[in-house]
Amino acid sequence: MADIRLIEIKEDILSDNKDLADQIRNTLFAHKVFMLNLMASPGGGKTSLIVNTIRNMKDSFRIGVIEGDIDSVVDAEKVVQEGIPAVQLKTGGFCHLDATMIKMALDEMDLKNLDLVVIENIGNLVCPAEFDTGAHKKAMILSVPEGDDKPLKYPLIFTVCDVLIVNKIDYLGIADFDMDAFKKRVYKLNPSIKIIDVSCKTGEGIEKWTRWLADEINAYLHTAAS
Amino acid sequence: MHELSVTESILTIVLKHAQTNRAEKVLAINLKIGELSELVSECIQHYFDYLSKGTIAEGAVIDVERSPIIFQCNDCEHSFEVSLKDTRDFACPRCGGVKVSLISGREFYIKDITIS
Repeated sequence: MADIRLIEIKEDILSDNKDLADQIRNTLFAHKVFMLNLMASPGGGKTSLIVNTIRNMKDSFRIGVIEGDIDSVVDAEKVVQEGIPAVQLKTGGFCHLDATMIKMALDEMDLKNLDLVVIENIGNLVCPAEFDTGAHKKAMILSVPEGDDKPLKYPLIFTVCDVLIVNKIDYLGIADFDMDAFKKRVYKLNPSIKIIDVSCKTGEGIEKWTRWLADEINAYLHTAAS
Repeated sequence: MHELSVTESILTIVLKHAQTNRAEKVLAINLKIGELSELVSECIQHYFDYLSKGTIAEGAVIDVERSPIIFQCNDCEHSFEVSLKDTRDFACPRCGGVKVSLISGREFYIKDITIS
C-alpha cells in the first residue's frame, strides 16, 4: 500500500467565492458602480427600505436592484413599479446569495448606465453573513418587533456589517424593545458600525440613511474617478 | 443551512490538492472553523459523503477543529477568550474596556488532508 502522507493546505474554504467577489469589485470599479449588500430577516423591511431609498435618491443616482428570493418575483415587481431596473434571482431553496449568483445578475444589467446597485439578499440573519457578494458595503436591517436580543443570537451578521438600520421605530412604544441595551450589545460586537434609526412607514430617519449612503457612493466615485 | 455549497467548495479544494500531490486516495480532511461560524459539522460530513461518491475523496473522514472566539482590547491590547454564550455581555478582564477587535473566531479553512 502506498505511503500515507499529511498535506498541509491552509486554504480558505470560500477562497473561490472571495476571488470572484474581488473580480466583481474590479468590474464595478471600471464602470464606476457602487454596490450595497442589504441583509435582514424575512419581514425586516428590506423591500420597503429599498423603495424608500429609490424615491429619495433616484434624482441623484441611477439605481439598479438585484432581488434574491427563494421562489417568487413579488419584490422585483415592487421595484420595477418605481421605474427602476431589477433582476430577480430565484435561488430555489438556497439560503444566501454568493458571488457566482451576483455575477450572473450583474451580467444582465446595463452597468454603463448605473451608479448604484442594491442587492436585496435572502431574508435570513445567518447564512448571508458568511458570503462576500462583491459589494462595497454591507448593510443590515433589524426591525423593532424582532426583539433587542438578536445580537446575542446572531452575532456574526452584526460583526460583518458597516451599517445597521433599526427599522420600524414606530413600534417602539408598543414593543418590548430596549434600544439602549440593544445598541450596547451591537457596539460590543462591532464598535465601528454605524447605526441609523428609521421607520419606513412614517419616513422618519430615511433621509439620514440616504445621506449616509450618498456620502459612501460619492466617496467611492471620487476614488474611481481619480 | 449553507453547508451544501460550503461542502462543494471543500471537495473542489481537496481534489485539487490531492491531484497535485498525486494521491490515490484521500483518507482524512481537517477543517478549522471558528466558533462564530454557524456551521454544523455533521451536515458537512453527510453532504461530503454524497458529493464525493466516485471521486478519490470518497470515504474520507472530516474532522472539524473549532477555534475559540478571541478578542483584543483596543485600549490595553490584552487578548482574551469569550465563549459564544458570553458574547452578550463582556468587557476586557484587565482594564474593563469595551472597545474590542475580533482576532479569532471567524476561521474557515482546510488545515490539512491525509492522503495515500
